[in-house]
Amino acid sequence: MLRVLNAGFYSSIQDFGRPNFQEFGVPISGVMDRKAAAFANALLGNKANKAVLEMTMLGAKLQFEKATLIAIAGADMLPKLNDAPISINKAIFVNAGDVLSFGKLKQGFRTYLAVMGEFKTTSVLGSKSMFLGITDPCCIKKGDVLTYNSVSFSPNPSLASIKYNNDYLNQKIINVFKGPEFYLLSQQQKRQLLSQQFTVSKNNNRMAYQLVEIFENTIEPIITSPVLPGTVQLTPSGELIVLMRDCQTTGGYPRVLQLTGNAINILSQKFTGATFYFKFKA
Amino acid sequence: MSYTLTYKQFNECAVLIEWPKLINEDILNDVLQFKAKIKASEMFEIVLIKHAYQSLLIQFKNNILNVESLITALKSIYQSEAEVMPFQNKIWKIPVCYDPCFGIDLKHVAIEKDLSVDEIIKKHSLVTYKVYFIGFLPGFLYLGGLDEALEIPRKGTPRLQIEKGSVAIGGNQTGIYPSNSPGGWNIIGQTPINFFNVNKSEPCFARAGDGIKFIPVSKKEFLDIKTLVEHDVYFIESEVIGA
Repeated sequence: MLRVLNAGFYSSIQDFGRPNFQEFGVPISGVMDRKAAAFANALLGNKANKAVLEMTMLGAKLQFEKATLIAIAGADMLPKLNDAPISINKAIFVNAGDVLSFGKLKQGFRTYLAVMGEFKTTSVLGSKSMFLGITDPCCIKKGDVLTYNSVSFSPNPSLASIKYNNDYLNQKIINVFKGPEFYLLSQQQKRQLLSQQFTVSKNNNRMAYQLVEIFENTIEPIITSPVLPGTVQLTPSGELIVLMRDCQTTGGYPRVLQLTGNAINILSQKFTGATFYFKFKA
Repeated sequence: MSYTLTYKQFNECAVLIEWPKLINEDILNDVLQFKAKIKASEMFEIVLIKHAYQSLLIQFKNNILNVESLITALKSIYQSEAEVMPFQNKIWKIPVCYDPCFGIDLKHVAIEKDLSVDEIIKKHSLVTYKVYFIGFLPGFLYLGGLDEALEIPRKGTPRLQIEKGSVAIGGNQTGIYPSNSPGGWNIIGQTPINFFNVNKSEPCFARAGDGIKFIPVSKKEFLDIKTLVEHDVYFIESEVIGA
């Protein structure tokens, strides 16, 4: 069992979500950065979509009550095991009683803790991803206890480390497709959208990232239509909103761009004040 | 299957199909028929499929390598003669208490529309509404068919908390809030029925194409039904469309 001594800023259990219930109006949810979560799982020999603990901005303080193998990937929050620094992107053996904590956010915004096997939290509608109104609880709190299977052997040296490139955490290019309403923009607007620098506003969370820059909007609202994580909406007042993993299933704002899957991973590692450019996928 | 459809690649593994920009039951039926045919064809590995008034989004398991050939395959499914009956649609009878203790905006609607409260209730409960799709919140039905005499703009400032089960009107739409949530629609009543239950494999009983008919009930009946719903022993009355 993993005892939560401190939950950090915002932590939740996530897997790859529930795409099968979109027709009932249920958000997909799931890890914000699939690349990092899949890598943490891979280091332990888990399948990519196994449930991990997603921690945002500030890491949690956690005590292991059974020995296991863990891996941390994504943002670097300077993790420590019993106050001694440990590496990210590496399988690490922990003993019963060990305490995992995190320091300052050094790079990225979301970090992932995987345990060998996965966290044994309740599955609702085919997924362990926590979401308000679907799972109870909807995030991790101090005093919670998360169960996992214990591992009784020492780490296998071959698992010790796999080469992994963390450069994407700082990547400033967000690759996109044309959104269904892109064609309604003027030539000038199209050029601006693909050349201007954009900034993440303070309104950024698992549902959506709103951008600071106001974009001239001459497009009428559309008949409510499907959206997906990565859809970039243009509101009547000219705000650009990038929908993220917990977004609604449908929307009525013009969809001017659509992020690639990997661009969603990259954006989810950015936070308030970060700047980037949209660029068409090569 | 006679509409001119537009096919657009949405992302590396999804396609969006669009019908003419209109909201009507003929288009809805065509969308549902095409959706059912795609599911029945078993030609693709589909991760996610969802529709709205006049659009259908399909996300495939694998990345799209050749979008033209994919669209050709989809077009041939659309043109194929085989009619697929997706399911038998039902009309659900939903009890609603229009008592002013629930219908907190009834008076406002009555004044704005120059109708009596009784006339509003009669007009609202006379129609069988069509379920176009579920979206916005888990279990929120997009319903068509509101009497034009009841159309009223959303409130300037949305309420921060609207109680689960509230029945409301916003613009030319009517709907039921399936959970406590913020909202800007005018609230005219409340239903004790659950529109979303995570413990069921079909978390919402209603489906696109179904009908919804509101049945006015007293406060006493509302409370009785609520008790039954809470114990999961309330049976929602329904009839099969066309039966």
